[in-house]
Amino acid sequence: MSNLSRDDVAHVAMLARIQLEDHELDRLAGQLDQIVDWVGQINEVAAADVPPMSHPLPLVNVTRPDEVRPSLTQQQALANAPDPEGGRFGVPRILDEE
Amino acid sequence: MTATTDRTVPYADALTRYEPVMGLEVHVELSTATKMFCGCATEFGAEPNTQTCPVCLGLPGALPVVNRTAVESAIRIGLALNCRIAEWCRFARKNYFYPDMPKNFQTSQYDEPIAFDGWLDVEVPANEAGEPPFTFRVEIERAHMEEDTGKSTHVGGATGRIHGADYSVVDYNRAGIPLIEIVTKPLVGAGDRAPEVARAYVAALRDLLRALDVTHGRMEQGNIRCDANVSLMPIGSEVLGTRTETKNVNSLRSVERAVRYEITRHAAVLDAGEKVFQETRHWHEDTGITTAGRPKSDADDYRYFPEPDLVPVAPSREEVERLRATLPENPAERRKRLQGEWGFSDLEMRDVVNAGAVEVIEETVAAGASPAAARKWWTGDLARRANADGVAVTDLGVTPAHIAELDGLVTGGRLNDSMARQVMDGVVAGEGTPTQVADARGLELVQDDGALQAAVDKVIAANADVAEKIKGGKVQAAGALIGQVMKEMRGQADAAKARELILATLGVEG
Repeated sequence: MSNLSRDDVAHVAMLARIQLEDHELDRLAGQLDQIVDWVGQINEVAAADVPPMSHPLPLVNVTRPDEVRPSLTQQQALANAPDPEGGRFGVPRILDEE
Repeated sequence: MTATTDRTVPYADALTRYEPVMGLEVHVELSTATKMFCGCATEFGAEPNTQTCPVCLGLPGALPVVNRTAVESAIRIGLALNCRIAEWCRFARKNYFYPDMPKNFQTSQYDEPIAFDGWLDVEVPANEAGEPPFTFRVEIERAHMEEDTGKSTHVGGATGRIHGADYSVVDYNRAGIPLIEIVTKPLVGAGDRAPEVARAYVAALRDLLRALDVTHGRMEQGNIRCDANVSLMPIGSEVLGTRTETKNVNSLRSVERAVRYEITRHAAVLDAGEKVFQETRHWHEDTGITTAGRPKSDADDYRYFPEPDLVPVAPSREEVERLRATLPENPAERRKRLQGEWGFSDLEMRDVVNAGAVEVIEETVAAGASPAAARKWWTGDLARRANADGVAVTDLGVTPAHIAELDGLVTGGRLNDSMARQVMDGVVAGEGTPTQVADARGLELVQDDGALQAAVDKVIAANADVAEKIKGGKVQAAGALIGQVMKEMRGQADAAKARELILATLGVEG
């Protein structure tokens, strides 16, 4: 039923920053197509009056009051950061040279 | 990146061939005490990464919970913009790979905004070219809830910009602060006034948001940020042109200038028979131009999907009506009402608004001063003092009650204008209330008419030539004599009364 192409998989992989080899694209295109088909079966039984579900719990309006709670200390926040500098998280260069 | 200067055509010339179309996106940082999805404080200027927690750092297993006040603020903003409020809406994940969000996504709203289909009537003032003021209805597409990003600092490279940087460092204190993004529908039909409409809209929106008390509303601190989309249609066409999005235009003046610049740049591209390149543009405040940013492309596919960690927001209609009842008077309508009550001219009212003195004058009038006196003090004498000291007029230590008391002393005949200013010196210096200062400094008009008459007689005798002129009908010559009488009285006289006496003594009708 679905028609997930090899190009679709390559595009989604690019968006997700996942590098895939050619043989992986071939294999995954087939597998993902099957999965989409499989999930797609729901459309066959759910009529238009069944709203799409995005959450398993039938709850709405779960909120908290606007009251400050303790934060982590700077040391705690940076405890797992590989390259902290001046209390900030160091990250690799964001844009490639053009 | 080489920064080349783009070609432009003169503004008036561009408008003979093209109709500008604008879309304005305004991000409003709410002034809630805590973040959108966690209890971290939102205070500005804290040490880096001291207002973060597992939720806003995106640590595994941490679960967000929505800030109730932020949702209420979003609904109130929507209502103030005449929007419909969603009966049921969800948050969505906007996935991308900049490190300004440690989660690798921003929690936002996608196809289910909390508020949609609204409008705001914007008063566009007369311009320098003498074109008249007019009202422009800005249609609002949507207002949705999302969260702010962290603040990146780019290290290395010549410019401190993201391009050419060796690496970046990030402070996540701002990540997760509630934002409301307000998006207009395409704004067409403003013609050459389009840049002014953009400015007037952002100004009206800022005033409205401040009146709602939902944001600190300081554009220079980034509480309100504007992205301006601009495209051109050949006049007579109804096909929208390719747009560019100028990011982070953060002052009213810049909004107007950036839109104007993009119109002149687009026109040059189209005149040359070329295509406008769809991209973001960076605004440069110093040079007044934009430069190319990021191309809009397939990579802008943010793979939105409903946020599985948050349940839907479904405000009841009762709740919406409760919030509607908390809306303040629309600032533009309020200004119109006050102007009528105070009897100010358009020009006087504009000075008052530009001086940010509407509220303080309202309080001063409520305290018992006349509107004219309140305006004169706050936008005149006190504004000059504040300007000279480099402080806000409300930080001089002078209260509305002081002004009302001082006005009472003047209208009651105890002080003249020059004495009132001396009293104000004392009030500003912290010597007490106007009455206390006047008492302490011995400032009081001489009420003894005999002393004043003696001074008038003396001055007339010494200036027989002037007196003759006045008798001959040149009444305005009395000014010179009034000055001398006041000098005789060492300033402790009522100038109006002195004038009266001079004319009466000479037998002339005032």
